[in-house]
Amino acid sequence: MKKELGIFVLLVVLCIIVAIVNPNFLLPINLQNLARQIGAFGIFSIGLGIVIITGGIELSVGSMMALLGVLLSMMLTEWGLGVVPAILLSIVIAMLLGLLHGVLITRLNMQPFIVTLCGLLFYRGLARFITKDETKGFGTVAGLDFLRYIANGNLFGIPMPFVLLILIAFITWIALHRSVYGRYLFATGRNAEAARYAGINTKGIIATAYVVSGALTAVSGIIIAFYTNSVSPANHGNAYELYGIAAAVLGGCSLRGGEGSVVGILIGTALLQVLRNLVNLLGIPSSLDFAVMGAVILIGVMADQILTERRNRRQVSLMRESAKSEVPATE
Amino acid sequence: MSFLLDVENKTPILELRNISKRFPGVIALNDVTLTVDTGEIVALIGENGAGKSTLMKILGGAINRDSGKVRLEGKDVEIRSPREASALGIEFIHQELSVLDNLDVAANIFLRREPTTGGILKLIDRKKLYKDADALLAKLGLDLSSRTPLSRLSIAQQQLVEIARAISTGARIIIMDEPTSSLSLTETHRLLEIVKDLKAHNVSIIYISHRLHEVEEIADRAVVLRDGRNAGELPRSEIKRDQMVRMMVGRDLKELFTTTNGNGHKKDFPEWFSVVKLRTQRYPGQTISFNVARGEVLGVAGLVGSGRSEMAKTIFGVDEAVEAKITLNGQSINFTNPRDAINHGVYLIPEDRRSCGLVVDFNVRENISLPNLESYASAKIINTKKETEAALKAVKSINIKTPSPEMRAANLSGGNQQKVVLARWLTFSPKVIIFDEPTRGIDVGAKAEIYALIRKLASEGVSVIVISSEMEEVLGISDRIAVMHEGRITGFLDRPQFSEEAVMHLATGAAG
Repeated sequence: MKKELGIFVLLVVLCIIVAIVNPNFLLPINLQNLARQIGAFGIFSIGLGIVIITGGIELSVGSMMALLGVLLSMMLTEWGLGVVPAILLSIVIAMLLGLLHGVLITRLNMQPFIVTLCGLLFYRGLARFITKDETKGFGTVAGLDFLRYIANGNLFGIPMPFVLLILIAFITWIALHRSVYGRYLFATGRNAEAARYAGINTKGIIATAYVVSGALTAVSGIIIAFYTNSVSPANHGNAYELYGIAAAVLGGCSLRGGEGSVVGILIGTALLQVLRNLVNLLGIPSSLDFAVMGAVILIGVMADQILTERRNRRQVSLMRESAKSEVPATE
Repeated sequence: MSFLLDVENKTPILELRNISKRFPGVIALNDVTLTVDTGEIVALIGENGAGKSTLMKILGGAINRDSGKVRLEGKDVEIRSPREASALGIEFIHQELSVLDNLDVAANIFLRREPTTGGILKLIDRKKLYKDADALLAKLGLDLSSRTPLSRLSIAQQQLVEIARAISTGARIIIMDEPTSSLSLTETHRLLEIVKDLKAHNVSIIYISHRLHEVEEIADRAVVLRDGRNAGELPRSEIKRDQMVRMMVGRDLKELFTTTNGNGHKKDFPEWFSVVKLRTQRYPGQTISFNVARGEVLGVAGLVGSGRSEMAKTIFGVDEAVEAKITLNGQSINFTNPRDAINHGVYLIPEDRRSCGLVVDFNVRENISLPNLESYASAKIINTKKETEAALKAVKSINIKTPSPEMRAANLSGGNQQKVVLARWLTFSPKVIIFDEPTRGIDVGAKAEIYALIRKLASEGVSVIVISSEMEEVLGISDRIAVMHEGRITGFLDRPQFSEEAVMHLATGAAG
């Protein structure tokens, strides 16, 4: 919890600073937009976070989103599929791609970085090829009101993507922090060998993480596609996986695996989106937005590292103190 | 220090004086003193966990001492890393190989001391490198080219490469930690000759070994540690096996087993757990067959690398068997993963607690419940209350010393960590439990408790297999001993035949 608290304080402080410098930050329209962004990005970031907790990585998120985006457009506008089958099919395809990653990683012992890097390249190329590099939209097809509502509508003034994020976050929070699967996930991420000796099907746990990540990428992808209302196969979702990784790491996930929380990922996502918003509101040249994000992430993770190490040192010295009163024995 | 022999008349090359070191929960070294003269071979002996390795790690700067002094030729020195030790002429040959198997022999020998050419370009002078390396290998009687990739060498050859490295630095003091543990008899002789030769060249040696006959053969003086203290010293003339054993063991260990020697309870179903023609991936050419009766403790002895752990891992389903026929109470069981084994009541307590036995960052409760988590959950949601109750019960029933079940396993002492691993299996109803080195790195008190638990399990009708490299342990705890050598069982011993000699005889592959 300490980790989340630190990053939460950083988020609040940033918000206060932005609000003071430019009170427009607090305008309902700005906050709504912010929440919408957080919703869209948070959903796939949670998926990526789960993969990171296994000690893996998923680099193909952005490309997968582009591929799913153009497929969704083609299914709805060109192939005449209904809304429900199109959505279900998108999610199933993403899950199958996740499963493919999971199988390659667990059965063939390939490195997650390589497998998903190839995914990043392959899905992007595939998206561009099947569209002949043309931007796809959703035109005037009837019956898409519901999807437009999911992406652009509000529920009691709260943007729908944010509502969905909270719903998904709640479910994944239960799964990660209260369920058997979650415990196995953390055990596998911490020490896959020990988890195996305890009878855990570590391969299954890891593969499942990629499948879940695929599903959440699809959900985010559908929202973002209708939010942008057009999908350019060459640019759509570019570098989104990096937003997800950054959010997860800011939120306390360790790339070594076994560490992280849903709440942390949420706060991490919010922080990133506030940073993007801040660049706009404070009149910082937009060419600097990545630089600002990079700097803040670096400082945040650095501060966390320094604090953790200080805490560990204190713990060791405390134990040394208490050891002095114990009976002699040997290690 | 009055019990130490008088070595004050001349300045020893190396002095470790009054060294103490505490770890959380244990005092690893308590006022330990060790001195070495120039050209002297000092054997440092003691049981596992007596503090030998800790003392040497302090000398090498791998860990910091709490108090005491290190002196080199009478001058206080602070050694903070193996590199600094090396600069002072102190070299270590570790029990665990620290060679790089992605490089060739010559590269390993001269790592960080490569002869260079080409001025500031610092290109490696390959010609000189291989010439020097070959010369060293010849001196050590190693018949291979220094261009051989290390990965193609046997463990023993790798060990010799490490020795070659230490010698090539021109070290004044060489510390050898169990250098012969993986060497064959001829190789051992060769090594002992080399050690004597080093001595003749005025190199000082600290020789750590469990093999007391080696100590008898080469040591000028034996320093005995017990439970982190100096237990005494023996001059050359008094280095006799019995003397050493008496000093090393004290009386503790003998008392440890007195309660366990008479196995009053009934052992039945001699073929309760039966392994027929098991082939492991490590030794696919060898087959292993044995039976364990219900309520029997079968000890498995053998040298490091004899395939005992591989056998255990294969039975448990961690490693895939090349071939196996395993039956429990007549029912055929072949496990392809640990979950199968667990479901059939066959459990393994692995050799390496910290990397395989436990998730050390998890707390005691989470570690105990891990394999049995489903039974504390409804609809896959963990009932933490149930889980805590089970953990508390386990903590109490086998006396795990922890302030609460919420304590991180990493903070427990070795003995208590081991009990946590055992506790998780006791939440089931075990039929067969395999212990792999159950008391490695555990203090004497906790050892006794583990032995008592093993006996208790046996008396409750569990078939227990205890793999152990500690002679006293395997002789003390077992009803019967299987001895392994290079992947096969070279013989079984029943209680009346139990002796250290008999085990060693079989362990070195003497009988078939």
